Amino acid sequence: MSSLATNLINVFGVLFAVLTVAAVLVYGERRLLALVQDRYGPNRAGPFGLLQIIADVIKMFTKEDWIPPFADRFVFILAPAVIMITVLLSFTVVPFAPGVEVVSLNIGLLFFLAMSSMGVYSVVLAGWASNSKYSLLGGLRAAAQMLSYEVFMGLSLMGVVILAGSFNLREIVEAQKGMWFVLPQFIGFVVFMIAGLAETHRIPFDLPEADSELIAGYHSEYSAMKFGMFMVGEYIGVTLISVLIVALFFGGWIGPVLPPLVWFVLKTSFFILLIILIRGSLPRPRYDQLMSYGWKLLLPLSLLNLVVTGGIVLALG
Amino acid sequence: MLSVLRSIWGVFLHAFRRRETVLYPEVKPYLPPRYRGRIILTRDPDGEERCVACYLCAVACPVDCISLQATEDDSGRRYPEFFRINFSRCIFCGLCEEACPTFAIQLTPDFEMGEYNRNNLVYEKEQLLISGPGKYPDYNFYRVAGLAIAGKGKGEAEREQPPVDVRSLLP
Repeated sequence: MSSLATNLINVFGVLFAVLTVAAVLVYGERRLLALVQDRYGPNRAGPFGLLQIIADVIKMFTKEDWIPPFADRFVFILAPAVIMITVLLSFTVVPFAPGVEVVSLNIGLLFFLAMSSMGVYSVVLAGWASNSKYSLLGGLRAAAQMLSYEVFMGLSLMGVVILAGSFNLREIVEAQKGMWFVLPQFIGFVVFMIAGLAETHRIPFDLPEADSELIAGYHSEYSAMKFGMFMVGEYIGVTLISVLIVALFFGGWIGPVLPPLVWFVLKTSFFILLIILIRGSLPRPRYDQLMSYGWKLLLPLSLLNLVVTGGIVLALG
Repeated sequence: MLSVLRSIWGVFLHAFRRRETVLYPEVKPYLPPRYRGRIILTRDPDGEERCVACYLCAVACPVDCISLQATEDDSGRRYPEFFRINFSRCIFCGLCEEACPTFAIQLTPDFEMGEYNRNNLVYEKEQLLISGPGKYPDYNFYRVAGLAIAGKGKGEAEREQPPVDVRSLLP
């Protein structure tokens, strides 16, 4: 009984926390982008503009929920749900602290990779079902980009798996008691970070949306809460990537003095802030640059990393 | 790769810079004295209306937002019967001020004219007239102009010679 109660608390706690973080990020990202751009950002509604979150939510919910007559109705409605579901499901395998996780899968990392592959469907289906050229172009770009970056996203994590000897995220974190994996797996970390940015199509890799070329890319035709789900899905994706970087490379909840959960939150916030800072700094590459960067530089790099890590681990027994 | 890191660091440093934003309702922006904002009608130093209803402002106005009707009082002074500016049309170009021969119509550094109702943007003479002389405190048109009005005959204006009797032979 008590284990059921803990499970329920974990499930709803994680769900609540993740959705709250996503909501706060909607506001927080604008404030932080403003911070690095010598502006203030939204600071009018309530103290420090915090009520902006509520204002945005009310706006999202009360906008006209328009489905274009030329759209493929069923798929059009399905697509935004897919991204929310896949991203939220990925959080089930993340260990936030000892005892704070939804499920301890022995294939946790693979489950995350599978879910992030499923996330591609959302974008592609949205682009296809919208039945407009900009959406379709965005969807095509998203498909190519996410599929090619997924390849070495998985490969970059294999070094961690070799070192920890497990796909279970809890065991991976516990294997970092002595040393964070960012040191032996620095290349893996860099590649995973870049691939993660590409997976969530955040700004240096936001070619599927590319405001200046494709209006809003795959979600051009979406409005109201359906668009909101894409946006929230993106913010949850950012949180997910940060959470995984922390769990895989920066020792998860491991840290001195402070309680484990606090360490986890602190480390995660750092990476969320870093991703927002990267959004504020870097321009979008050209599409062919994106592809050649991925296939010609990052894929060989992650393969090399994998081979060298495997070789060293084998040599040391 | 290094340049990417350098640009991220450079952007991060901007977090400690001074903000460029002017927090408007709390901090008012500096407006120079000749800023072209809300239009007013001024009075001469004696407290009379300066406007002589010559229609030059209405003619100069590129968007035809000024409308007025001239009339004349008992002393022979011209003044506008009504003077109406439609600020929903006005583009604040200042051509009316340039056209005005009596410095009556002037633009002020005030732009806070927001209204919820469009009709409220039509200002009548009561809203336009101010009690002071505006930018030219000492100027009084009827005191320097040659026009005769009640209380001031021909040749009695400032720096005006008495009229010459052209039919007389005397020097």
